[in-house]
Amino acid sequence: MIAPLKIGRRGVVGALLTGLLGACAKVADSAPGGALLETVERWNKGAQRLIAKRTALAREFAPADISPSFRGNGNTRPMGSAYVAHEGAGFADWRLVVSGLVERPLSLSLDQLKTLPQRTQITRHDCVEGWSAIGQWSGPQLGHILRLAGLTPGARFLVFRCADDFSGNPYYESIDLIDAFHPQTIVAHALNGAPLPIKNGAPLRLRVERQLGYKHAKYLTGIEAVASLAGIHGGKGGYWEDRGYQWYAGI
Amino acid sequence: MTAPSTPVLVAELDEAAAVSRQDRVNLVNLDPGPRRHALSTRLWHWVNALALFVLFFSGLNISNAHPQLYWGQWGFDPATAWLRLPTFPAWMTIPGYYSLAEARLWHFLAAWPFALGLAIYLVVALWRGYLSDFVLHRDELRWRTIVADVRQHLKLDFTPHFGRFNLLQKYLYILVLFVGLPLMILTGLTLSPSMSTAWPWLLDTFGGRQSARSIHFVVAWGLFGFFVLHVLAVALSGPVGQVRDMIIGGRAGREPA
Repeated sequence: MIAPLKIGRRGVVGALLTGLLGACAKVADSAPGGALLETVERWNKGAQRLIAKRTALAREFAPADISPSFRGNGNTRPMGSAYVAHEGAGFADWRLVVSGLVERPLSLSLDQLKTLPQRTQITRHDCVEGWSAIGQWSGPQLGHILRLAGLTPGARFLVFRCADDFSGNPYYESIDLIDAFHPQTIVAHALNGAPLPIKNGAPLRLRVERQLGYKHAKYLTGIEAVASLAGIHGGKGGYWEDRGYQWYAGI
Repeated sequence: MTAPSTPVLVAELDEAAAVSRQDRVNLVNLDPGPRRHALSTRLWHWVNALALFVLFFSGLNISNAHPQLYWGQWGFDPATAWLRLPTFPAWMTIPGYYSLAEARLWHFLAAWPFALGLAIYLVVALWRGYLSDFVLHRDELRWRTIVADVRQHLKLDFTPHFGRFNLLQKYLYILVLFVGLPLMILTGLTLSPSMSTAWPWLLDTFGGRQSARSIHFVVAWGLFGFFVLHVLAVALSGPVGQVRDMIIGGRAGREPA
């Protein structure tokens, strides 16, 4: 008599698990459930901004900690003809355009960026997938570039334009002013003392050390100061954000 | 002559009626003793069960994004992984298809009640003295007693010798409450680049983000193992009464058979 009872129990546990997994799908599909899931991002951002000082520095490592190679992820070689031409010319004519809500729009060459005060930092790159790599990055602080351009009072976000795309959808990213003026937020042109490799974003990539890898836009062509992210591509502030990933990627 | 006796009789009758009323009140208010499971324990048990369910199965979805584990500060090349994980099938994951973005939302949604719930429960339990149930008797630290208790468990005899819980129960609950669950929260926070900036001691404690990720994964499966033992123990000790008591409280000293 015990055996059929046990199967019954197992059936109950199995049905319970299947039911709960199914219930999760129902919650996600419902409007309040979806809204609740999106609210979590605000809790995470609010709590982390509360705990960490605005200027708290991400761990900087010793040269011995640098990983033997630095994985390239996402797009590892932009296919656009303009980029291919720049690559052929050694990025000699590459320009970083600073535009939008600024008093002095800029168009900076790589040489000009290299003559600005430089910051070099050995930091860990954390991909949303779970892996990490450590590299030494060099470049001017984004805050310095923004002070040269002079943000107008309405500016709240910085949008980063990139030379790469996924099936014709351009990659882009955005951060707020707290991260834009963070001391470790730099426009890097060098990795481990050498010009950026193509797979890691040549000739320029953003480093936002307190957030996950997809925020660190590669192949930078422009920085645009804006008041709102609405109306830019999918309106969520980034290529991956438009596809469901969190805009605040501090966790 | 009869006049004076009437008030006495009335008073006696009134007194008798009052006593009988008091008896009835006493019967209704008869103190049945404390609950077997306190309300705070029951609330936390079920909130935590639901949170751990979502965390575990959304975690399997997240694991599928990079099913390799590394040790140290960095790790990205599957060739250098200390453990290659299987890809967990869609029916085992939340949501029921591969989506790192959505799985992360579920994971964080459940992480809040899990972390806050554990913190509140431990404070309440400490405050009201529930944790004294887990204090080990001196004799329970002896190897001989542990071996005897394991033997007793294998005979499906779960009678405690000291206090409310038997020895393996105490060891297991101590391990889960004070080691496993807190480790999940701390290693989880270490994975966040923003949290490891705010609290750099996290990186030093676990020896790096990738070590923390490995510990997070291994302890998650350890807790799954606890869940299996827990459900098994409930199933072998009167499951209906056990579940009923964890819902409506039960009465102390009246364990389900």
